[in-house]
Amino acid sequence: MKRDRMSGNEAVAFAMKQIDPDVMGAFPITPSTEIPQYYSKYIADGEVHTEFVAVESEHSAMSTCIGASAAGARAITATSSAGLAYMWELLYVAASSRLPITMAVVNRALTGPININNDHSDSMGCRDAGWIQIYAENNQEVYDNYIQAMPIAEHCRLPIMICQDGFITSHAVENIELLEDDQVRAFVGDYEPDHYLLKKGEPLAVGPYGISAYYMEIKKAQAEAMKDSRRRIYEVADAFAELSGRRYGMIEEYMMDDAEFAIVLIGSSAGTAKAAARQLRDAGVKAGVVKIRVFRPFPWEELQAALSGVKAVAVMDKSEGFSGWGGPLFAETRAAMYDVSEAHRPLMMSFVYGLGGRDVTISTFDEIYGDLARTAEAGKVENIYRHVGVRGDEEGIQG
Amino acid sequence: MRESMMNINEQSKWYELTPGAEIYEPATSREVKTGEWRVLTPVFHNDQCKQCLLCVPFCPDVSIPVEDGVRLETDLDHCKGCGICAKVCSFGAITMEEV
Amino acid sequence: MGNTVEIRWHGRGGQGAKTACLLLADAAFSSGKQVQGFPEYGPERMGAPITAYNRICDGGAGNSVHSNIYNPDFVIVVDETLLRSVDVTSGLSEEGAIIVNSRKSPAEVREQLHGYKGKVCTVDAGTISRETLGRNIPNTPMLAAAVKVSKVIDKDRFLEDMEGSLRHKFASKPQVVEGNMRALRMSMTQLKVG
Repeated sequence: MKRDRMSGNEAVAFAMKQIDPDVMGAFPITPSTEIPQYYSKYIADGEVHTEFVAVESEHSAMSTCIGASAAGARAITATSSAGLAYMWELLYVAASSRLPITMAVVNRALTGPININNDHSDSMGCRDAGWIQIYAENNQEVYDNYIQAMPIAEHCRLPIMICQDGFITSHAVENIELLEDDQVRAFVGDYEPDHYLLKKGEPLAVGPYGISAYYMEIKKAQAEAMKDSRRRIYEVADAFAELSGRRYGMIEEYMMDDAEFAIVLIGSSAGTAKAAARQLRDAGVKAGVVKIRVFRPFPWEELQAALSGVKAVAVMDKSEGFSGWGGPLFAETRAAMYDVSEAHRPLMMSFVYGLGGRDVTISTFDEIYGDLARTAEAGKVENIYRHVGVRGDEEGIQG
Repeated sequence: MRESMMNINEQSKWYELTPGAEIYEPATSREVKTGEWRVLTPVFHNDQCKQCLLCVPFCPDVSIPVEDGVRLETDLDHCKGCGICAKVCSFGAITMEEV
Repeated sequence: MGNTVEIRWHGRGGQGAKTACLLLADAAFSSGKQVQGFPEYGPERMGAPITAYNRICDGGAGNSVHSNIYNPDFVIVVDETLLRSVDVTSGLSEEGAIIVNSRKSPAEVREQLHGYKGKVCTVDAGTISRETLGRNIPNTPMLAAAVKVSKVIDKDRFLEDMEGSLRHKFASKPQVVEGNMRALRMSMTQLKVG
């Protein structure tokens, strides 16, 4: 174990170096550019043996990964925002072909208007593509998640996204504890797929046409693999805890044991929410935070357990789903709570926040906890779908 | 799980399919008898044939086998009856007929 | 949390304010602190105002907050022309200090600070860097001033660490190490506090 300090992007590149995968296909896009940049240097310096394929687009980057993975290679890439959007059709090809590609996603807003800063619209947009999605609060977590990625993905034969917040963690230098190279190599192991195109003496065809008579069975198999991946995520987390002392689950519960008011959210802002909850606890308010680590598969059982009995819950989305009724995390979290008995079912509200890099501070969370307390007091939700940190809030809305 | 494609059919359950719909054998298209689609059948008249072999590369279904430089009878398991072979034959050695 | 020191850097794209911010994080890390160093990004252009931030605290869990800093303990202004256009003392603690790269005295600079009552420090980082490094690279002297004023790191330990990392980085150019070390020391001596 080595104490160091580095940015989130460097932490991912460093984890990649320790793993030394076979193929990287990548195209630069802010704020993930530094990842292939650092990695190219490792290659130039002879520190890794990876075949780096410099492509002309993200569409080709993902195609490279698909080809390499089908051929039997451990394949990786990194991207953000429009780059991820440009990979869209191939994401589904990777997932349905059951190719365990590992992609570092540095979350950035999707264009319209153009913006380089953080939100989750890119990876939330492709949440239904059949990829496992794991999110990080800080640099330590993105490093740890990356090291757990391949043991999860390769076992389940599902591709995986390891997400972190653009600039907020990708470009922030923080303390980090790194594992030794040999520890990482032993933990991640060699990639030995049963079937691959370059396997001598075993002909293989990948990606056949799936007529209606087969398509749905193939999707069902993907869906079952996604459900099963939950068990593997815990297995790998257990092994990782043994190795590093750092324990992960599907979600992280912070001060939730006796919480009356909870905030559910994803990513770097969870750290800020925790600081707000700590301060409120000192003032006697029973505040808690639930951080989603794994969004796909969706941790509905864990959320039921964590939120059951809480008086009021704010589910915070860093992406606008334009459902007219709140973001995707809200919709799925609220759906998960439907089965909880009425006596234990919390009042739930959707807060969209942090779009395009809009900053979120402790005082933002203070206001939300205040809202939750008022909602619990009133015994009903006044306004189910709100945007926080926006000028004018809801006052411009006319009845 | 290494499942032969021959054991997979439209009655197979989702868990009986291969992961990612992978196919673990070569040339599985041989098993698909496209000859069943045929309406007109190419009839080969060996006596007219000069063994120029022009019909062979023109056949879109690779259904004209060649052995030792000599074409053999059309592979009717796979011939779809498109008639291209009859069209390109300059010697009337192939005619399309209802059989 | 309680012992976290928060610092805000103001500079212009290309002047190295972000680099200085990351160097401060590096130096604080070397003396065993929990650190954050992060820039605020926009459409980057040379000369456009930029902001960068540090959170530094003693060991332990560190600070989990991931937002910009609105109530800093210290503000460092790498380019004094920013005083005209940016409200650099916004939210700055009166218990803290502002350090401005300027030839002027603290009293003169204070006049431009909209009534800020805390400590005002100046250091002529431009001249120092020209004398020691041959170019206007104000971030090295500003880093030294930040360490001296904020006391987030022990001054001598900082100089030792910097010398070590510079020797490592510029192994083949000992004159660069020498110049940078002189810049750091001169800045600490010439810093004016008012």
